[in-house]
Amino acid sequence: MADSYFRQTALAPLGLAAKATDAPGEAGVLLSERPLAGQVNLRGDGGSVEFLQVVRTTLGYALPTEPNTVTQGANSRALWLGPHEWLLVAPLEAALVPTLEQGLTGRAFAATELGDARAVIGLSGRNARDVLAKSCPLDLHPKSFGPGRCAQTKLSKIAAIIEQRDDAPSYEIYVARSVARYAWRWLEDAGSEYGVAVIAG
Amino acid sequence: MLLINCPWCGPRDEIEFNCGGEAHIARPADPAALSDAEWAEYLFMRKNLKGLHYERWHHSYGCRQWFNAARDTVTHEIHATYKMGETPPVVAGADGIVKGSSS
Repeated sequence: MADSYFRQTALAPLGLAAKATDAPGEAGVLLSERPLAGQVNLRGDGGSVEFLQVVRTTLGYALPTEPNTVTQGANSRALWLGPHEWLLVAPLEAALVPTLEQGLTGRAFAATELGDARAVIGLSGRNARDVLAKSCPLDLHPKSFGPGRCAQTKLSKIAAIIEQRDDAPSYEIYVARSVARYAWRWLEDAGSEYGVAVIAG
Repeated sequence: MLLINCPWCGPRDEIEFNCGGEAHIARPADPAALSDAEWAEYLFMRKNLKGLHYERWHHSYGCRQWFNAARDTVTHEIHATYKMGETPPVVAGADGIVKGSSS
């Protein structure tokens, strides 16, 4: 793992910290880049009650088994990516991989740290849903996509994971580091008709 | 915009999916015993139906699972989708289950 001195978020070259404002005024769209976090891709047999039970014991909370939902633990949360695949998001210091390797010794699983491979963009504000609706084909109506829901989809032609964090609505958008600037500029452009403000992550 | 009902994720836009061709092609139990012609039959020859077609689809930008769909190749209507390993549904009202094919 790279020394923390050299670790930068994918959008660090845009100098977003200097552009961040505490007073977004009338801006309908608030964009931010989330600080680096631990992101662990966990794969295992989601059809096995025993596997799910052991992960539950290890993490302290259950993995989501309902498609496209999120479960929240004390120190991390788990996003459903597929019937046998989850994304665990935790603070940088959580060290989930060693914990999982210890708890799941001898079982078939894969836990891969991906935190540095992705950028996480925060999208909120009163027009956040409008911006997202033009960017991806998901049905974002509160009846089908609300807090605690996540989905993998295409965001303007790139693969993205979208998670709704609260009712505001606030979203977090996970994209590959290599296309993070494209995603940022796309959202900035899509939001320009409502007014865009950059806020602190 | 065509909505495809992923057996895991529910209705999603067509752009998230890829079609993987004809479904339910059984791999020969003993490939070494086949003649070249029989192996080619298994490997390359497809029904290419006009009408109801059972095919494999991949939710490549979503949950990345393979599943099966019963799709009409004329109207592009998807009558049913079902998980891998499940029995193909008999599609009610479909005009000939395997039109243009003897099997």
